[in-house]
Amino acid sequence: MKRLLLLSVAFFATPATAQSVAITNAKLVIGDGSAPIEGGTVVVQGGRVIAAGKSVAVPAGMPSVDAGGKWVTPGIVAGFTRMGIVESDGIEETNDTAARGSPFHAAIDVAPAVNPATSSIPLNRAEGITRAIVAPDNDGSIFAGLGAVIDLGVDRAPITKARAFQFMEYGGGGSRSGNSRPAMIAMFRNALAQVKDYVRSPAAYPDQGKDALLTRADASALVPVANGTMPLLIHVERASDMLALIDLKRDYPALKLVFVGAAEGWLVAPQIAAAHIPVIASALTDLPATFDQLGSTQSNIGRMKAAGVLVGIGTIDDNEARQARLEKQYAGNLVALTKLPGATGLDWNAAFAAITSIPAEVIGMGGEIGSLKAGRRGDVVIWDGDPLELGTGVNAVWIDGIKQPLRTRQDALRDRYMLPGEGALPKAYER
Amino acid sequence: MIRNARTATSRTLLTAVATCALLAGCASDGGAKPATASSKPGPGMGKGYSHDPFPSTYKAYPGVPTLVTHVTIFDGEGGRIDDGSVLFADGKIVSLGQSVAAPAGATVIDGTGKTLTPGIIDIHSHLGDYPSPGVQANSDGNEATGPVTADVWAEHSVWPQDPGFSRALTNGGVTTLEILPGSANLMGGRSVVIKNVYARTEQGMKFPGAPYGLKMACGENPKRVYGGKGREPSTRMGNVAVDRQTWAKAVEYKRKWDKYEKDGGEAPSRDIAMDTLRGVLSGEILVQNHCYRADEMAIVMDMAKEFGYHVSAFHHAVEAYKIADLLKTNGTCAAVWADWWGFKMESYDAIGENLALLQKNGACGMIHSDDANGIQRLNQEVAKALASGRRAGIDISDAVAWEWLTYNPAKALGIADKTGSLKPGKMADVVLWNGNPFSVYTRPEKVWIDGALLYDSGNPKLRPVSDFELGQPGSGDVK
Repeated sequence: MKRLLLLSVAFFATPATAQSVAITNAKLVIGDGSAPIEGGTVVVQGGRVIAAGKSVAVPAGMPSVDAGGKWVTPGIVAGFTRMGIVESDGIEETNDTAARGSPFHAAIDVAPAVNPATSSIPLNRAEGITRAIVAPDNDGSIFAGLGAVIDLGVDRAPITKARAFQFMEYGGGGSRSGNSRPAMIAMFRNALAQVKDYVRSPAAYPDQGKDALLTRADASALVPVANGTMPLLIHVERASDMLALIDLKRDYPALKLVFVGAAEGWLVAPQIAAAHIPVIASALTDLPATFDQLGSTQSNIGRMKAAGVLVGIGTIDDNEARQARLEKQYAGNLVALTKLPGATGLDWNAAFAAITSIPAEVIGMGGEIGSLKAGRRGDVVIWDGDPLELGTGVNAVWIDGIKQPLRTRQDALRDRYMLPGEGALPKAYER
Repeated sequence: MIRNARTATSRTLLTAVATCALLAGCASDGGAKPATASSKPGPGMGKGYSHDPFPSTYKAYPGVPTLVTHVTIFDGEGGRIDDGSVLFADGKIVSLGQSVAAPAGATVIDGTGKTLTPGIIDIHSHLGDYPSPGVQANSDGNEATGPVTADVWAEHSVWPQDPGFSRALTNGGVTTLEILPGSANLMGGRSVVIKNVYARTEQGMKFPGAPYGLKMACGENPKRVYGGKGREPSTRMGNVAVDRQTWAKAVEYKRKWDKYEKDGGEAPSRDIAMDTLRGVLSGEILVQNHCYRADEMAIVMDMAKEFGYHVSAFHHAVEAYKIADLLKTNGTCAAVWADWWGFKMESYDAIGENLALLQKNGACGMIHSDDANGIQRLNQEVAKALASGRRAGIDISDAVAWEWLTYNPAKALGIADKTGSLKPGKMADVVLWNGNPFSVYTRPEKVWIDGALLYDSGNPKLRPVSDFELGQPGSGDVK
């Protein structure tokens, strides 16, 4: 199915030559935390970066764009979103984020639901977001299901990697998971025990439908989590909960845990670092919005990074269906903290990495996306200014080396109402 | 300004009323004993009952005469002075200009590379009535038990220990905010304007002399909440029907009370909800109307004309840009977000150029937050809105855009004669930013309210900690 989709896209929109471009005379940002390179060049061939840096030659015959000294960067990798699986949160009919009443949990796979025509996709693409980590929302279990990594390209093949991770909720707010903390731990341990049963003999695994503690499909979906071939992203905010999960990992050393949220991460940053657990955090959470987040501070990410934690930025319970574009502003705010006495922020290079290469690394895809190092996918953005600064616009976007359209439905509305009054005909005739 | 003058007058009267209410037979009757009820003289217009039963006890904290020099100034009314000076003393702005002489003993601050502005005013906040932590026990913003609850007053829900006030101050430079009831109801109740200064009581935060507001809502929320309960309104036409029925009663209530206060006789029955609506009809209380869609705003403005009131501002007016001309004609402002969109059907047509298009077409626009996080970065929200407008070819200066943060919300709240711009004599509500406030890399450095220094980024002792946060993890930390 995936192969068919890719073929049809290639047929309609992407002759191989269109996947090659060289961008020269750039203020070039690699995205790996290194400083911008003035007068840099990036070369994308066959949809992948083949070289980026100061003294990079443009292969003969390759189409070339002079950036005129503007900022050129890898596209933004949105660290945690629900983009593409909901058009509007408030329009229930469009919402595929959570499965109410389904007997399945861990087995729920968002990939087939991702709709590249969701209006958040062109909107965020026009703001320089090229990839997104997409998680399901949980309902009735700690396990929410299988998340995907997507691209924001205009074509009909949005999936970069299906079944990229399992997503789990842990902590307070019992209504979300339907459980107390001890019950969640019991459920987790039982699930891994049942996965063992399943692995031993899949055919003999009893499938009791709705009455099952873990359905056959859920057990099957958790196999790669149990054996450590699939990351398990866990939304957790409270310091003591993170320590409890680190303890749990001692019993199941194969688990590849990633913490999501981690508002109180700074309070236990050395332990998170020692456990080699990467984090996708909210950048500016600074209110005790819940009792799990009493220690919230905007210095959280800076302090975790200083302690050696690999930490990127995501939009966790934060307009995650639509507003990944805000991650640029969030990263900029972390740079602002470096001038605030007593606060810990990030320098510009680290802040930009926190929305490009780091989320990619956290999800195990640092070799594929998130930077302009050779071999990465050709996701490149030309900006009209500093990409972290407010109001900076996007001049051009390539995804997999393919130049993308940037006009949005909002642009069309703006143009229609540039003058509010009707003209010779009603507004409905202006387009 | 006419509105402000009227409000100021009625406030003066209110003080008299409050005193009078305690004294039997005061006012103009001179102690004469009427023989029958019908011959009792009236108490006088606006004097039939107290209009200010929960009076402000806010008092400005002490400050020192302060002169900021060599600073970029946005005066809040579109003016800009580069390398200028601002002097404030005794809680008021004294003077500003290219160069201002420092009086003896004044604190002089070198503002080189920094920007000085009026304190930010958020016309739409639920701090205190939906505070942090957001637990059910603190959820006091929506009296969602009936579509018309004009009887409730947001100030009776405001928890003055909300940690959010401190974030709005230290990260956002917010000095004044309006706390509104939520939008579940068509008429959600009275709003209250407060100064962003922690106090033990809500009265201690209350902005002295600010008019009350009436929160109204159109659209999806009321019809969803009450339609879901199987009662009217369940549709947009139901929304307007219930509104009109209620206004018709309010007109009648006002007529009876006006007549009684003027002519005397038996006092009509008190109705706390109708008191508020009467206040709207007499121009004393300002309507703050949650309304997203252009077509609904147009209907509301006609309804206001039908019953003789005025909508001060539409809030969440994501489609204001479609009717900028109508808003201008009606003298109604629009309070909007920079880039919130698509979270529900009625926000589907939000565009980033909304504010710029309002400005271009001569309508009154402003930013607002409706959010404990957004209120910390309203300057950044305006920066985004301004950039969107400029990219669309709408040329608006930084100094004019600052009106969206201070002067326009002050006007829509009826307090523009007191705060919202750096005019001599106005409250010294002032923010010194450590750079250009339209840059993401800039933060408030110092914030003064009524001339008192209440935040200084370089002084941990000038970082407020609410009771709730005291002794919690990270208490007193940079937040």
